[in-house]
Amino acid sequence: MKGGGAKILRKKYRDPQHLHPVVNTIISVLLGILAVMCIFPFIYVIIISFTSEESIVRNGFQLFPKDWSIDAYHYLWGMKAQFFHSYGVTIFITIVGTIISVFMITFYAYAISRPQFKYRRFFTFLAFFTMLFSGGLVPTYIVVTQFLGLKNTIWALILPLAMNAFYIIIMRTFFLKSVSESILESARIDGASEWRIFFQIIFPLSLPGIATIALFSTLGYWNDWFTALLYIDEPNLVPLQSLLMKIEANLEFMRQNMDVAIMQQSLFDTIPQESAKMAMVVIATLPIAVSYPFFQKYFISGLTIGGVKE
Amino acid sequence: MKKILSDIYKNRIWLLMVLPGTIWLLLFSYLPMFGQVLAFKKFRIHPDGFFASVINSEWVGWENFEYLFSTSDAWIITRNTLVYNIIFIVVGLIAAVATAIMLSELVNKKLSKIYQTSILFPHFISWVIGSYFVFTFLSTDHGLLNHVLSWFHIDPISWYSESKYWPFILVFMALWKGVGYGSIVYLASIVGIDRAYYEAAMIDGASKWKQIKHVTLPMLKPLMIILTIMNIGRIFNSDFGLFYQVPRDSGALYSVTNVIDTFVYRGLMNLGDIGMSTAAGLYQSAVGFTLVIITNYIVRKVDEESALF
Repeated sequence: MKGGGAKILRKKYRDPQHLHPVVNTIISVLLGILAVMCIFPFIYVIIISFTSEESIVRNGFQLFPKDWSIDAYHYLWGMKAQFFHSYGVTIFITIVGTIISVFMITFYAYAISRPQFKYRRFFTFLAFFTMLFSGGLVPTYIVVTQFLGLKNTIWALILPLAMNAFYIIIMRTFFLKSVSESILESARIDGASEWRIFFQIIFPLSLPGIATIALFSTLGYWNDWFTALLYIDEPNLVPLQSLLMKIEANLEFMRQNMDVAIMQQSLFDTIPQESAKMAMVVIATLPIAVSYPFFQKYFISGLTIGGVKE
Repeated sequence: MKKILSDIYKNRIWLLMVLPGTIWLLLFSYLPMFGQVLAFKKFRIHPDGFFASVINSEWVGWENFEYLFSTSDAWIITRNTLVYNIIFIVVGLIAAVATAIMLSELVNKKLSKIYQTSILFPHFISWVIGSYFVFTFLSTDHGLLNHVLSWFHIDPISWYSESKYWPFILVFMALWKGVGYGSIVYLASIVGIDRAYYEAAMIDGASKWKQIKHVTLPMLKPLMIILTIMNIGRIFNSDFGLFYQVPRDSGALYSVTNVIDTFVYRGLMNLGDIGMSTAAGLYQSAVGFTLVIITNYIVRKVDEESALF
């Protein structure tokens, strides 16, 4: 039974025993249903966004609408001032926030992963303890608004999400696994400073781990609505997700901030209420849906590292 | 003293590296912990700033807690938080492990990859978007579900004001968003299992089912335990978005959607009741903390390797 080239052996190792075709089909169908359930709502929302408002009023949301229309996207274009503003806020906080958190987290995690660092246990505990006990919403709210005075500033959207003990622990595990002391030793003998070592050796070596943290962080900022709910009233600082929340009940919020030139009564009479909301959902989700297949690989490897253990 | 100073000097590079993070932790994690004393105070804003406000607020002892636990809300939010989380932990674990095993056993690896990609997708969506997804199904006037019901001549249901359906909807949605993430974590672990175990099991004549039962599941056990401990540690916390966004903050549903997190939020933002909200938050943190410690202690007794710390 054994024997053959390494390739055959590996194949055999991968599938020591194939599933029975019937079982395989059942599993495949089950997983297929699950997969469709996960993707379907997004496709459904796309369809609704292209349905004419009249058709929605008459027939409700349909999978196969008779009347297709791009009115919703036209309408959103008319409200581009607020819409682009929110898009801009989201892009800004995502980029700046991700850069800040990647640096803070990798510095912190790298330092506490180094055996030379005398106080590493203390600082590990300092981060770890926040996973066990938290100050809670109200004290945090008071600190951010009263003590730091961040209410209605862009920093209120960036700073509270910048660090996270869990990411520090993941990164620390990554550094412990991927950085070998001998490379550092030889660099030190060559006279490289610790900073130089960090930027020229550690950083490039740890790129997969850093990419994972960056992804977590990017998604966190892109999808954030909670900090905006707490700290932002100023329309100019409302991020995309939060804008979507505000128009949940009505489109009033956007209308107030609409381009004056487009404010013709006729447009208001035919506001594509439902389809416009769905069009916004589509536009807010599209960047994730499009880029997702590319970063998914990193994300999964990140989860694998996440097998955290003290 | 001199020793400490020279130690600090020797470690200056590392200390500089942890400095930004430490400042963040102190401001955003530890200062709020200190702010928990407000649970025992009647909060008044003092013109001299934050610390003055906290220090000068009058002590009221356990009054905020007494007030909190005298309301029927305390019982409802505790029940909802606990029951939902227990269901999420149990059903989530089973669903994630089952999905992971199915994904790993699928003969067609390409199909398996496509399924993985699809199932993980909801994880990347915010609950704001998720609530719109739910709305397209449950909207009373336009929703797909009422449309389907009309085929069977069933009157439309006003989903957002009927609390009896929501426990099911919330559990379903939690699974919808969580199964992908959970199953990928377990799948990664399954892929890492040494194939020799399966080879050996096969030589012993173990069927696929027996291989799963005697190789895959035991190998996944440590991960299952760790993740469950972490979930038990968070059993007093809820996914705020699920309970706030998905039911669209509908007052008619509070009896089944109000959890400690939403209660604290509403107490702070709608009622401005700092004392009681902080008390509820401290109750949440303190019980959560105790639960992690106890669970971890038990796990350590049973199987030291699996303990979290």
